[in-house]
Amino acid sequence: MWSLSKITDTIQNWLNQTFNPTWALIFEMLIVGVCVISLFAILGLILVLMERKVSAWMQIRLGPNRVGPKGMFQSLADTVKLLVKEGLTPGGADKLLFNLAPFVAMIVAMLLMAPIAFAKDFQMWDLNIGVLYVSAISSVSVIGILMAGWASNNKYSLLGAMRSGAQIVSYELSAGLSALAIVVLTGSLSVSDIIYSQADGWWIFKGHIPAIIAFVTFIIAVTAETNRAPFDLAEAESELTAGFHTEYSGMKFALFFLAEYVNVFIVCAIGATLFLGGWMPFHIGNWQGFNHVMDFIPSSIWFFGKTFFLIFVIMWFRWTFPRLRIDQLLNLEWKYLLPISMINLLLITAMAILKWHF
Amino acid sequence: MFIVKYIKEVWGAVRSLLKGMRMTGYYFTHHKEIITQQYPDNKAILNLPERFKGEVVMPHNENNEHACTGCTACELACPNGTIKVITKFEIMPDGKKKKAIDKLVYHLELCTMCNLCIIACPTDAIKMAQTFEHSVFDRNQLTKILNNPGSKIREGVE
Ligand code: SF4
Ligand code: SF4
Repeated sequence: MWSLSKITDTIQNWLNQTFNPTWALIFEMLIVGVCVISLFAILGLILVLMERKVSAWMQIRLGPNRVGPKGMFQSLADTVKLLVKEGLTPGGADKLLFNLAPFVAMIVAMLLMAPIAFAKDFQMWDLNIGVLYVSAISSVSVIGILMAGWASNNKYSLLGAMRSGAQIVSYELSAGLSALAIVVLTGSLSVSDIIYSQADGWWIFKGHIPAIIAFVTFIIAVTAETNRAPFDLAEAESELTAGFHTEYSGMKFALFFLAEYVNVFIVCAIGATLFLGGWMPFHIGNWQGFNHVMDFIPSSIWFFGKTFFLIFVIMWFRWTFPRLRIDQLLNLEWKYLLPISMINLLLITAMAILKWHF
Repeated sequence: MFIVKYIKEVWGAVRSLLKGMRMTGYYFTHHKEIITQQYPDNKAILNLPERFKGEVVMPHNENNEHACTGCTACELACPNGTIKVITKFEIMPDGKKKKAIDKLVYHLELCTMCNLCIIACPTDAIKMAQTFEHSVFDRNQLTKILNNPGSKIREGVE
């Protein structure tokens, strides 16, 4: 059967036959880099359009419908607009940090792509501490935001950046704890092990109610971590103009924008991997026939289907709920999500020891 | 009990959030609810909501008669000084003098479409029209005389 892993194997074999191993490795890295960058561009275009359409339909509007058939080229037109705009650096800004910040945000998003399995055996780097790696790298993104806010020399930016710092530091905890729930059940930090452990059913079904609670807290925490409404205090158009990226324009602004969408994609991919089985088709226990039919759908479609479903859920949140105040935001984390996910983790540990899960 | 209250709070919050999501989810899946009007394209089939207010007009019947007695209630009700009622005295056939309007001046550029004048009018002589393409090149054109030239008050309206 046609599969992405076959293509990569063919390319790797050909490179190893034609060049010596060092050059083959360098070429592979280049190919991976180009793939990641083009995936970024495509994701940016698709997600921006998707967000605008989803928001429009939820608010009983039509959304973009003029550029191309059904407005499909709207985000392309927006990109052209952003490209030709002037990238202004304000007079009082710290030039180096100001120009560096969007790239930090972007690079963090790129690094997070590494351990994600896009299809069966199609993964850039199957490191054995994948989950730890993801939670470690994703907390670096706050540095990009703080950098942007501080270097802009603008009080709105600084306020936005500070809020974002408080927010990411606190929500990291419950995101980590709920990811830990699955690590406890699987007994491994490696992304591919976690996916293979779901061959007979996804964790959200196998882990009973505690897994569902972990899933819900995970989704809430990652929505906060990616600074999206209802937790978009860092940007808060109505109070802080645009928060940490108030002073940015043109392509530098676009990089922040893109980084936000790519971060959403990544956290949804991780959520899909941990709770919904990544690329693993939908299997029920030992129903051989049913499982076999499900296997015919390519694994990449399973992966992207689940990820886009989660992205849709996060967009649904954004266009339904009003923004929280900063004290409500911290209350929600420290008084509700954290205690709940701690108790939940204990429950899951007991479940894993007593083998109550399927 | 603290813990019962805590669980109740969480439950209540989750329920109300899900309620909101059900609403937006309904709109997401039911595109016939979309209220956007693609204005210049749909000029022919424009579908304005019933309560849309465009400008104040004074309806006249086929004999060029209106229902305005010149009581100036609308002028007093208007918060912006948009309406100016200029009255005159008509000599009735039986020799009595009767108050009537000469001109009812309406400054469209000052009107906020608040509907107060319509409510104030005791004889329902004025109403809101749904026209909205009001832009003109000269500001003077926005000052309108609502009663038609040569119009009279309808028989029987006091
Ligand atoms: S609608 Fe309001 S503002 Fe306009 S004329 Fe009537 S009372 Fe005045
Ligand atoms: S329009 Fe109505 S309120 Fe105004 S002067 Fe005439 S009768 Fe009176």
